[in-house]
Order: sequence, then C-alpha cells, then structure tokens
Amino acid sequence: MKTNNVILRTVIKIVVFIILTLAVYLFFSGHDSPGGGFIGGLVLASAFVLLFIVEDIATIKKGIPVDFKRVAALGAFIAVATGFGAIIFGEPFLTQTFGHFNLPIFGETHLTTVTIFEAGVALTVVGVVVSIILSISRDV
Amino acid sequence: MLFVFSIILVLIIAVLLIQVRRKRNAQFMHIGWFVFLVPASLFVLLIRYLPSLADGHTYFTSMKWIPSFDIHLTFYLDGLSMLFGLLITGIGALVTLYSIYYLSTDESLKHFYTYLLLFMASMLGVVFSDNLMVLYVFWELTSISSFLLIAFWNQRKKSRQGAQKSMLITVSGGMSMLAGFLMLYVMSGTFSIREIISGISQYTDQGLFVPAMLLILLGAFTKSAQFPFHIWLPDAMEAPTPVSAYLHSATMVKAGIYLVARFTPIFGGEGTWFWLVGGIGLFTMFWGSFHAVRQTDLKALLAYSTVSQLGMIMSMFGIGSVALYMGYSAETAIYTQASFAALFHLVNHSTFKGALFMVVGIIDHRVGTRDIRKLGGLLKIMPVTFTITCIGSFSMAGLPPFNGFLSKEMFFTAALKISQFDVFSLETWGILFPTIAWTGSVFTFVYCMIIVFKTFFGPYQVEKLEHHGHEATIGMLLAPGVLALLVVGIFFFPNVLGKYILTPAMSSIYPSVPPSELTVPIAAFHGFNTELLMTFGIIALGIILYKFSRYWKGIYKLFPDNLSFNALYDVILDQLGKKANSMTNFYMTGYLRDYLVYIYLFLIIAAGGILIYTKAFLFEISGNSPVSLFEWIIAMVMMAAGIAIIFANSRLTAILLNSALGYGIAVLFVIFRAPDLALTQTIIETVTTVLFLVAYYFLPEWRRERGRSISKSVNLLISICVGVIFTVIALAVQNGKLFATISGFYENAEELAGGKNIVNTILGDFRAFDTMLEVVVLLIAGIGVYTFTKLKAKKEDERG
Repeated sequence: MKTNNVILRTVIKIVVFIILTLAVYLFFSGHDSPGGGFIGGLVLASAFVLLFIVEDIATIKKGIPVDFKRVAALGAFIAVATGFGAIIFGEPFLTQTFGHFNLPIFGETHLTTVTIFEAGVALTVVGVVVSIILSISRDV
Repeated sequence: MLFVFSIILVLIIAVLLIQVRRKRNAQFMHIGWFVFLVPASLFVLLIRYLPSLADGHTYFTSMKWIPSFDIHLTFYLDGLSMLFGLLITGIGALVTLYSIYYLSTDESLKHFYTYLLLFMASMLGVVFSDNLMVLYVFWELTSISSFLLIAFWNQRKKSRQGAQKSMLITVSGGMSMLAGFLMLYVMSGTFSIREIISGISQYTDQGLFVPAMLLILLGAFTKSAQFPFHIWLPDAMEAPTPVSAYLHSATMVKAGIYLVARFTPIFGGEGTWFWLVGGIGLFTMFWGSFHAVRQTDLKALLAYSTVSQLGMIMSMFGIGSVALYMGYSAETAIYTQASFAALFHLVNHSTFKGALFMVVGIIDHRVGTRDIRKLGGLLKIMPVTFTITCIGSFSMAGLPPFNGFLSKEMFFTAALKISQFDVFSLETWGILFPTIAWTGSVFTFVYCMIIVFKTFFGPYQVEKLEHHGHEATIGMLLAPGVLALLVVGIFFFPNVLGKYILTPAMSSIYPSVPPSELTVPIAAFHGFNTELLMTFGIIALGIILYKFSRYWKGIYKLFPDNLSFNALYDVILDQLGKKANSMTNFYMTGYLRDYLVYIYLFLIIAAGGILIYTKAFLFEISGNSPVSLFEWIIAMVMMAAGIAIIFANSRLTAILLNSALGYGIAVLFVIFRAPDLALTQTIIETVTTVLFLVAYYFLPEWRRERGRSISKSVNLLISICVGVIFTVIALAVQNGKLFATISGFYENAEELAGGKNIVNTILGDFRAFDTMLEVVVLLIAGIGVYTFTKLKAKKEDERG
C-alpha cells in the first residue's frame, strides 16, 4: 500500500524502533512482570505491520529477507522441541527448569528454560500474524 | 537402554533423510546404502540380546511422558517383542538391500526411504511398547506410514485408492482398539500391559471385559487383514514391490498377530476369544487360498495367499488359547504347541513370502508384466529366479525339505487336536477345524503350483511381454537368495530357532507355564501319522485340481462381483461422499449471516438449555465488590459504542466503534489490576483494527441490507436471546460454586518456576502443554488463512 504520507512515514521510522525495543523488553521481562512470548511476539508483529503500511511490501521484503511462514513453523518447532528436551534429561515432557547465574555483564541473572519455549511462542505469533497480513495485502 | 534408543535413532534418521538435497546428475551412490546400515545394525544389536533372553531375562526401561495420565514411554524387550523385532529389522535390511536395485535413482528416493524408516520405527515401537497408549500411537503411525508407502507412486489413481482403502480400514480398526484399551484401563487402572497381565484374575468377570476384547480384536483383525477386512490387502499391492514384500509379508500385517499373541495372556481364557480368533482365522485361511487360485496377477495372488497364511497363523493362536481356557495342567500343555506352531509359521512365512514377493518384483522388472496369462517359459532365461521361486512356493505349499512343511504339519496336529476337544460342545462342529484346514491347504498347494508352473514352464510368449527378459543382477537376487537359504536352513536346523527365539516368545504368551514345557522339539519326520497322510492327500488332490482347473474354475462365477465386500466398501465410500456433499451444500450458503445464525442458535439451545435444566437463575450479588465511578463510566461508554454500531453508516465508523469496545475492556483490565491481560488486549485490538482497516478499505460501499422483514425479525429475536443468555450467565456464575476456588493455586509460583508473573508461569511452566498446542493451532490457522487467500488469488489469475 503505497501512499505518499510524509508525516506518517517520518513518525513511523522513529516509532518502529521504539516498538521493537519495547517488544524485546516485553519478551524478556515476561517471566517476572507483564509481557512474555505471546505479547512480545504481537508487539513485534505490529511493528512489522506498521512498516508494511507506510512502505510497499517489496521494499520491506528486501530489508527483511525472511519467509514468515518459515518463522512460524520454526517457532512451533522450538516450542515442541523444548518439551522433548526435558525427556532427554529424564523429566516429564515439557518440564521447565531455572536457576540463578552470575554473568559477567548482567550480574546476578535469573535464567530459565521457559525463555526458549517463549521464544518459540513469540516466533510463531510473529510468523503467523505477518504472513496473514502479507497474504491479505497481496490478495487485494 | 540400547534397544529403545534404536527406535528414536531410526526416527531421527528418517527426519534427517528428508533434508537431504540431491544435486542433479551428481548421484555418486544410491541413498539406500546408507539406509541399509540402519536396520542391519539394529538387527545385529538385537541378536546380541538373544542368549540372555533365552536364559529368561527380560529388559525394561521407562521414561516419563505424561505421568498425570499414567502414560509413560515404557519399553519392554521380551521373547515375543524380540521375535518381531528381529523380523522387522532383518526383513527390513533385506528389503532395503533389494530396493537399492529395484528403485532407480530417478524416483524420489529420499521420500521413499523416509517413509520406510518411519514405518520401521513405528513397527519397532508397536512391538516394544509396554504402555497401551504408546502402543496405540505407534500403531496408528504404522497405518499412516504405510499409507504413504502404498501411495508412493501417487500419480496413479489405483495407488491412491489402495492407500486410502488400507488407511480407512486399519485406522478405524485402530480406533476401536483404542476404545478397548481405555476399557482395559477403566478395569485395571493401569496402561501397562505387564501389570494388566499380572493382575488379570481380578478383571475377567467385569462387564467391560468382553467388549474390550471384541474391540481390541477388531483392531487386530483389520490390521492383519482377516475376513471380512481382508479387502484392503490386495489393493495395497499397488505399492512398489519392496514395500509389498516388507509391509505385506513381514511386518505391518503381522502387527495384528502380534497384538493377538500379546493379549492372549489377558483374554485367552475366554471362550469367545477362541471362537473368534480360531474361527475367523480358519475361515480367512480358506477364503484367502480359495480366492488366490483365481487371480491372474502374480502379486494379487501373493496378496490373497498372505491373507490365507495370516488366517492360518491366527487360527493357531486361537487353538493355543484353549490351554489358558482350561487352566494349566499337564494335559492342556499340548494345546500350547499350537501357539508354538503359530510363532514358527510366522517366521517361516516371513522368509518364504518375502522371497516370493521379491522374485515377483524381479519378474515384473525384467519382462514388464506380472500377468500369468502372458508369462511362461521363463525357466530358460531366469534359472536363479526359478530356483528361488521353487523354494518359496514349495515351502508355502508345505512340502519337504522346506520350513513350511514343518509348521504346516504342526498346524494339522493342532487342528486334529482341537477336533477331539469337546468343551465348547464341539463334538459335531470340531471336525470342521481339520476339514477346513485341509481344504484350505489343498488350494494353497494349487496356487503354489500356479506360481511355479505357469510362470516358468509352458510356451514363452515373447510377443506379449513388454521387454525381452534376462536374468536379474546379483544384487537384486541377493536378498531373496538369503531368504531362500533361510527357508532351507530352518528346515534342517529348526530347533536352533525353537530354542533361542520361539521358546522365549512362548514364555511371554504363557507366563504361568514353566518354559521347559513350552519348548516343542521339531522333527522333520514324525512317523506315518494322520498329519502326513493329510499332506499326501493334499498333494494328490492338489495335482488333480491343478491339472483340471479349467473344468472347475466356473464356480468362481457363482460369486457375483457386485455382492462382494469390495463392492460394499465402494458403495459406502461413494455414498458417504455424495451425502456429505449434498449435506454440506445444504447449509453452506456462502452468507456469513447464515453461519452466524447457526452458531448463535446452537449457543442459545446449548447454553440456554443448560441454564434452564440446571435452574441456574439464582442471582446472588451481595458478595460483589462495589462498582466505582470509573467502572460505571467505562461501562456506559462501551454500551454506547455497542449500540452505536447498529446504527453506523459506514464501515470506518463501525470498525472504530468496535475497537472502542475492545479498548474499553482493556481499560477495565487495567482497573482490575491485570496488566498482562490489558497489554494483550490492547495490542490485539490495535492489530485487528489495523487489519480491518486494511482489508475494508478495498471493500465496496456499505449498503444497508434490504432483507425480508421476517428474517430481520428472526435475526432480532436471536440477537436478543444471545444477549439475554450472556447476561444471565454473567450474573449466574456469581452464584455457582461447583468447585473450590482456584485463587489459591500457584501461589508458590515463584519458588516452583522462578517467575514473579503468575500469568506467565502458568502459560510457560505449569500448563505449558496447553500453550504448546495453542501455538500449533495458531500455526495451523495461519497456514489455513494463507492457503485460502493464495488459492483465491491463484484461481482469479487462472480465470483472467
């Protein structure tokens, strides 16, 4: 959808960065405060949607050369695979574990395998939402 | 445990194989060689367990899967699963070896071998699983992978139909089996087969016992192609010949037999079990051999012969179950010999039938036809193939010095034994067993002669063949040659097989009988007794029938084609499609408002009906927290927006009003301190509003519908009803206290999952299975939307 809307385009160039940062923040903070894979993924997807609205699809595709259907499939695969990961360690399917680690830069950090699972969720959400929007917009 | 990881390994290799990308014209090696290593090494691995199994050891390993439902990945290696495991990997290796020469590199080999390995892994899973649910999963996986294998040449209509038929029949059998498993679980409280067997005396008189048995038998019969479910097996012959050799001689069809053998300790004590397994098996044996004689396609002939042989094995297991029916004693031990014969024949059948299928494949490959009316005189050009065919056929016909002779004699012993057994008031009917067994064997002899003599003797009709044949390459003859050697080898050394493989398997079928009494010494010559006389009779009558076949073949015309089970299947399938189509056309009008009417009507009837039925109209609002001014305002705004949508004049207004509703809910979430929900709701609302705007921008002008006033008032009534019901539900749930409050749940979320956000720990840690499935559903929905829009765009392209 190519419309010559200068104000929108200028604003969105900045806003998209804020949204992307927010998405990453929401994703990582999910386990302790509002956020998580689903919301993070949605915010990320909405950033893409905004980009698609102001630019034409071909330009964006050049900038982000990813097949979003594959992203969705990869996400679902990761989500299921973390379940099988637990089985290898002799735990029931989808058991998650966590621990506190002292990392060089971040200091005392709380790490959990849920993050991997949530990453799968986020990727699926991004992939599905963006590919649906892309296919609709191509359709018209 | 090594043998368990073998299953997983096969699955992983199968997955990896599909990733292989083949460079065009750069084929340096047939991919099958790599695949060959998998079953071959597994076979060696299993062989190493043999001595310790013969000493009475069993192996057991368990991994948790869904502990809350008592579903564990439990695997068990005992004599019976060992026997089948060896067949699956052994024949699997030979079939892979054969397929290397049979399939050209132009075919989509990676798909073929992926399906084959998938099938192999699921078969191994079936025979090693101790948990009923895991067994069921693998069981259906065999159906799916065999579907893919049968339809490998999916450009042919007959391949697709054959695959569909086998899948429909075996999967529906599998589903009834699942119901049977669940009944067993209800009775015993465990999914573990071993635990069910050890506690069997407590369930036998329960009401569900016989229904569970019938349902499980249905699964076994459909899989093992017993009458009248045998109709899928001949059609499955559309598969490439290595597949036929593997699926339909050695493995898949034997899954049902495995199931019967495995469940004999549970159900064998029932008289019904004996009648069903023994009776249907015996009839299938006769029916299959009788119809094999009329076939003109060699592969179809072999398919019917497989049906017949499977029936024979099945009937022997039926006879063997009498030992359990009568309870263990010295006299009844004689009946266990029937099961021994069944296991023995199982191995023998795999060897000779595998060899025969491969040989037929060679003939097809070399001269381009399998039609016996066109074949003949191949002896001169294919002497090695002829030798292997002779060994296989004569073994199947039950002639010495081949292993089929031994097991067929034991089959007659069992049939004769059961005829003297009158506990089911068999005095008059018992004679049917040896009679039908003998008649079936005569026809078996006849079709074995047809295979050998019509193919290799008589005139060589070169003009009817597609290409001039010559002997097959050594590589192609290798696998059937090995099997033919086994056929002869087993005849001369049957007791090695008996001691190391059959006796441990017998111990699994009769856990209460000491193993020393289960061993049956197999002798090639067992005196001039009734069994041997029966064999002479078969040969004499068989030769007469073969020689004068043109005089009696007319009786097959007595079976009208349109009264067969095949015709019944076709009619059912055809009618099902037509009826479903007209039904769907009836309600799928293409109007969204009609679909909404269906949905809302259903909701009114279901939800409203339950409300009336449970008399839930008790409104108790005294316990509610007070409603603040803010909440009043938001609620008013939302109501105003909702009412305004009805009177909106353009799409844009309607969309914006709709999102005002959504944002109102988000604000409510904020007030109620649910930041996670508020966040999600806000983003969802934003994305959908943008989506709507994008999509509706291109729609034509909004037009008021000028429907008839009747349908308008009906719609009005429906919408009022829906509104009322939702309000009533919202008010009535305040009152319902069916369960204890859940707010105390997961209060310890932080110490259990290490997360402070309880919503997220529920999603990711405590109920991650739900989330995982939701993700999968989302993916499927996304693919669905994508395909729909793509398909529409493509169709429009084609049109214009």
